Amino acid sequence: MKKSVILGAFAVAGLSAGMAAAGTLDDVKARGQLNCGVTTGVPGFAEPDANGVWQGFDVAVCRAVAAAVLSDSNAVQFVPTTGKTRFTALASGEIDMLARNTTWTFSRDVDLKFEFTGVNYYDGQGFMIPKELGVSSAKDLDGATVCIQTGTTTELNLADFFRSNNISYEPVPIETGAEAVQQYTAGACDVYTTDASALAAQRANFEDPDAHVIMPEIISKEPLGPLVRHGDNEWGDIVRWTLNALITAEELGVTSANLAELAGGTNNPEINRLLGTEGDLGGMLGLDGDWAERAIGVAGNYGEIFATNIGEETPIGLARGLNAQYTDGGLIYSPPFR
Amino acid sequence: MTTITDTPAPASFRLSSLINDTRYRSYTFQFIALVAIIATMAFIGGNLVRNLAAAGLNISYDFLGAQAGYDINQRPISYESTDTHGRAAIVGLLNTLIVAFLGCITATVIGVIAGVLRLSPNWLVRKLMSIYVEMFRNVPVLIWILIIFSIMINTTPAPRAFKGEDATASMWFFDSVAVTNRGVFLPKPIYESGSLIVGIVFLLSIVGIFAFRRYARKQLYDHGKLIPTFWPSVALFFVPAILAQLVLGNPITLEYPELKGFNFKGGMTVRGSLIALWFALAIYTGAFIAENVRAGIQAIPKGQTEAAGALGLRPGRIMNLVVLPQALRVIIPPLISQYLNITKNSSLAIAVGYMDLTGTLGGITLLQTGRAIEAVLLLMLFYLTISLSISFVMNIYNNSIKLKER
Ligand SMILES: N[C@@H](CCC(=O)N[C@@H](CS)C(=O)NCC(=O)O)C(=O)O
Repeated sequence: MKKSVILGAFAVAGLSAGMAAAGTLDDVKARGQLNCGVTTGVPGFAEPDANGVWQGFDVAVCRAVAAAVLSDSNAVQFVPTTGKTRFTALASGEIDMLARNTTWTFSRDVDLKFEFTGVNYYDGQGFMIPKELGVSSAKDLDGATVCIQTGTTTELNLADFFRSNNISYEPVPIETGAEAVQQYTAGACDVYTTDASALAAQRANFEDPDAHVIMPEIISKEPLGPLVRHGDNEWGDIVRWTLNALITAEELGVTSANLAELAGGTNNPEINRLLGTEGDLGGMLGLDGDWAERAIGVAGNYGEIFATNIGEETPIGLARGLNAQYTDGGLIYSPPFR
Repeated sequence: MTTITDTPAPASFRLSSLINDTRYRSYTFQFIALVAIIATMAFIGGNLVRNLAAAGLNISYDFLGAQAGYDINQRPISYESTDTHGRAAIVGLLNTLIVAFLGCITATVIGVIAGVLRLSPNWLVRKLMSIYVEMFRNVPVLIWILIIFSIMINTTPAPRAFKGEDATASMWFFDSVAVTNRGVFLPKPIYESGSLIVGIVFLLSIVGIFAFRRYARKQLYDHGKLIPTFWPSVALFFVPAILAQLVLGNPITLEYPELKGFNFKGGMTVRGSLIALWFALAIYTGAFIAENVRAGIQAIPKGQTEAAGALGLRPGRIMNLVVLPQALRVIIPPLISQYLNITKNSSLAIAVGYMDLTGTLGGITLLQTGRAIEAVLLLMLFYLTISLSISFVMNIYNNSIKLKER
């Protein structure tokens, strides 16, 4: 008894000792490695490939930051986190940033004390159901058994949705996405609900993807983006502007194909400021002038990253939709590089 | 103790005797250890407070009064997503108690049977039981929970298989019980006026059973007459209550589960998650209890069995009347720790989506409010209280069967 109290206190003290933030940039440089929290595996977003190399839309953000800070897109330690462990991992300092389809909400920002550094995917919660059940609207789900991942916004949206529509359901809380899919395909629940992008991504891996439909209703706003701890604004700035650099690169037409050429200097001053041939934006971040060039060099600009990982050419087949550049009617918009 | 008070210490006491004198040495070291422990605790506590302050966090239990916002599938008391985190924690606590209670009872039954059979003279039975014990004791309980759960959801039909003309599954016992991969749906008793009388008759007949058995024992001891007790007891158990039910015009009715839409509605639901967790905990811990039972039985000298045999008792009676009552003294203390293990292992519930205390307070509430330290401290307090209560009750029982010296 006495021993367990002491151990518990150690654990708590250890947890909070890591909380004293500041100097994350120095820590990362000294370590020579970025610790980046990702999912335990969602196809297209973050998943190790056949060679054990992490690939995906969220992974690309980690790699871009590593390239900007450490000049090496492979100097990343990917830490798989579940919906349950992700915030503890970040708060305790086990990871320097989290890029794990995490929704930016008021309470996570203000109460849990995290800093969201932007949005890399505008999403919403959807429902997937076997086609053979012949249900066409989420409002017809009265009495259904629903698989959800615990510790997510999904869980709360679901309760709100069913309550406001005055229908009943049976929640089955599950820890990871992979287990949820397993239970859904085994028929332990009628419906599977999570972010619509993840539904599409996980369905792509099913034996028979066409046997399942994603319902038209989107019941929530899920702006997904990378986040860091409160209290280290310099580090937050680096992650925020690395993401913005990828977005701005697409807007300005900087691609992996023409990156080297444009980095030699152009007559577009904004491209020059982005790629460091004019001004000293990199120095203001505590990095060198080529930081953004390196970040974009890893896998191209935002549009290229989208297309190779989750775009319409991939099995996941997500359309740009809300995630098109604002110039194309979407919401993807970076503040100016000035 | 006595050595210290016996010898007048002050005369011969010198500072060095704190180390050199065996009378004082142990006190010296205990004192040093105590100071070290206090200093370590103070350091850890201070560190915690300082770091919490630096991170801008404060310890507060206000979140227990805030709206939970999430739903729980198994609700022993009424609960909705608009209720508070505090109430959600209570629902979780009750769910923990339910599965722990069911688990303890079932594990005891399994354990006693398996433990006795492990000593059976029948080679096959003995070997089967040792296979059971070794298999379950040596694989982590989490794996058993997952195995049993996946066997359950993969071998039972989904509710939709019961639907339509060409249904591939059907209900059991005159359409009253449905076994599905979501759980087992049973009829639920509905109590209308007059049920109370049936209930009282039932309770009285139970009292009657005890009275009858007492009478039978008296007859046996006083007059050496052996009256059969089994069938009369069974009759006493059922007949009066059923008669009352019929005479009063069926005040207790059953509500049958019925397939409506996606799932069965009405009746009583025993969810698959509860069954899997309950069964896994029971069968896993049963293996440990079996070993305790075997050890307890083997602790009784063989002479006792032989003496009882010489008196003409049959093997079943020897076990029930001679061996087990004495073996209980050896069995109960380790049994207490097995009960505590069941309670603590039930916190693996989330693996099958059973919403116990760890799933609500230590899971969703913790995650949605971010109050990790508070939630974990409260969780420790809850588990500690449950465990201490179990020990307390079991110790009372243990004392009551202890060898009484007269
Ligand atoms: N956006 C929601 C849900 C995020 C979430 O958990 N998404 C699932 C979708 S499958 C996931 O990433 N699972 C992967 C895993 O469990 O590692 C949130 O931030 O709470």
